Amino acid sequence: MLHPTPHEYESEEPIVELRGVTSGYGGSPALESADMAVNRGDFVGLLGPSGSGKTTLLRTILGAVDIYEGDVIVEGRSIADQRPRIGYVPQIETIDWNFPVTVEQVVMMGFTSSRWWLPWRRRQDYERALEIMERLGIADLAKRHIRELSGGQQQRSFLARALVGSPRVLLLDEPTSGVDIKTRDEVMHLLDELNHQDVTIIMTTHEINSVAAHLPWVVCVNGRIVDSGPPGRIFTPEVLKRTYNADIVVTEYMGMKLVAESPHFFGRNGNGRGKSRHAHSHKAEEA
Amino acid sequence: MFTPLEYEFFVRGLIVATLVGGLCGLIGVYVVLRQMSYIGHGLAHAIFGGAVTSYVLSVNFFLGASLWGFVSAMLINMASRRRSISADAAIGIVTTSSFALGIALISRFRNFTRSFDAALFGNILGITQADMLAIVAVTLIAAVAVFVGYKYLLFTTFDYEVAGFYGVPTGWIDAGFALLLAAVIVVSLQVLGVTMIAAAMVIPPVAARLLTNDFNRMLMLSVVIGAFCGLGGLYMSFYIDVSSGASVVLFSAAVFLVALGYTTLLNRLNSSRWRAGASNLGGEAESLH
Repeated sequence: MLHPTPHEYESEEPIVELRGVTSGYGGSPALESADMAVNRGDFVGLLGPSGSGKTTLLRTILGAVDIYEGDVIVEGRSIADQRPRIGYVPQIETIDWNFPVTVEQVVMMGFTSSRWWLPWRRRQDYERALEIMERLGIADLAKRHIRELSGGQQQRSFLARALVGSPRVLLLDEPTSGVDIKTRDEVMHLLDELNHQDVTIIMTTHEINSVAAHLPWVVCVNGRIVDSGPPGRIFTPEVLKRTYNADIVVTEYMGMKLVAESPHFFGRNGNGRGKSRHAHSHKAEEA
Repeated sequence: MFTPLEYEFFVRGLIVATLVGGLCGLIGVYVVLRQMSYIGHGLAHAIFGGAVTSYVLSVNFFLGASLWGFVSAMLINMASRRRSISADAAIGIVTTSSFALGIALISRFRNFTRSFDAALFGNILGITQADMLAIVAVTLIAAVAVFVGYKYLLFTTFDYEVAGFYGVPTGWIDAGFALLLAAVIVVSLQVLGVTMIAAAMVIPPVAARLLTNDFNRMLMLSVVIGAFCGLGGLYMSFYIDVSSGASVVLFSAAVFLVALGYTTLLNRLNSSRWRAGASNLGGEAESLH
């Protein structure tokens, strides 16, 4: 299983910094007073319940939401002054898989705003796209329709689109959602590889044990930044309660902090009938 | 077959119908892939209101109707980007109000000398030199716009929101597309009619989509199918003596059915070939035992 290795870079200057940021949509804040610093080479997971502001945080860094207060600094410059050069990979569940595009056409979209005055793509762009596709192992799928690929290959196509512009920061919105265990592992290993090639990664996830627990750094979000740090320090019942507004059991397995659920059934409870009940039923307790 | 070509009006109509068919096929690819098929229908109705208003105010028809269509398209865009109003509701409000204004003006000023039947159902006989020039001009502008804006249009059509994150000026692309769409509908009104434009914009790209999974090929196929339907539809209108708009749409529907039949047959053939291959493999495996 994956254990991204933290690695040191000379510079401790944050590559992405949020300074007291309140942001949201149409006048209503979704994220309040957020302070966060991500250093070059970090691999950060954003954790939190649905609607907690994880995606808003990503969009805040991209400059794609209304910022009511504070400032976002990317590579030393405020995003209010200059659009940051950041790679973004959306949730693959939001993609229209019936759209008639091939893998190559998707990857080439990554060049859209470079040389905006040139209507056609240059040979160098095609070469760069091929180089990235080869690096991600999808070069032989270039002419295939995106729907014909496996989940992992689809994710690689959108990663390739994000990488053709050589960004130093990569934002991913739930890259492991809706994929099987093998694909999830494949995607996470690929991200780890990219991270070791000097790409700073910030990703949202709902998977605490299978993804977040393996990352070097996690940030818990619930309308504001609740806490941040290595999972070993952050995964405590107190922090998780403040993040998820629920009691969460934390356990340890082979030196890793993992969360556990108290066992309970929904619907059929062993004899094929009956309402949901907890495994340790009253009868068991009485006995 | 060559009899109709002896009439000058028919030859002119044939050129115009082919150009309009190809033009609707080109712009229709974006309309269909943006899942705005209903907007073509609605916008044509809105532009009818604009056409009547231009006539009443003695403003140039092409200018007045195009501007009206552009404003309607932008209003629909703005309304549908609000979370509380869905796109179909926005189209319903804006376009029906505009169409109603046109009808109200017609009934208020009954001394119309211009026939609006042609605008509703299409009439190739009424094509003037000015109409023809306008069609050629809009066709050239659309071709250049699609060529120059190819990468922007593709990205915003595929994933509007993410295109914005990648620095694509989505607002400007939307505005430019709305203007182009309005211009295409205005110049197509005389040939196809308000009631038929949507089908001419939707059928060729949908038929092309059935035949390919590649965006560039879909774009080219849609133009070819649209132009062919314009040509074939007009020929058909001559022989069966019906309005040009209805004839082009009926011809397009027939082409769509052929494309649908072809792809269905192809899929079935592929499935049966696959099954035959699988059963052969099974037989070989058994004989090995």
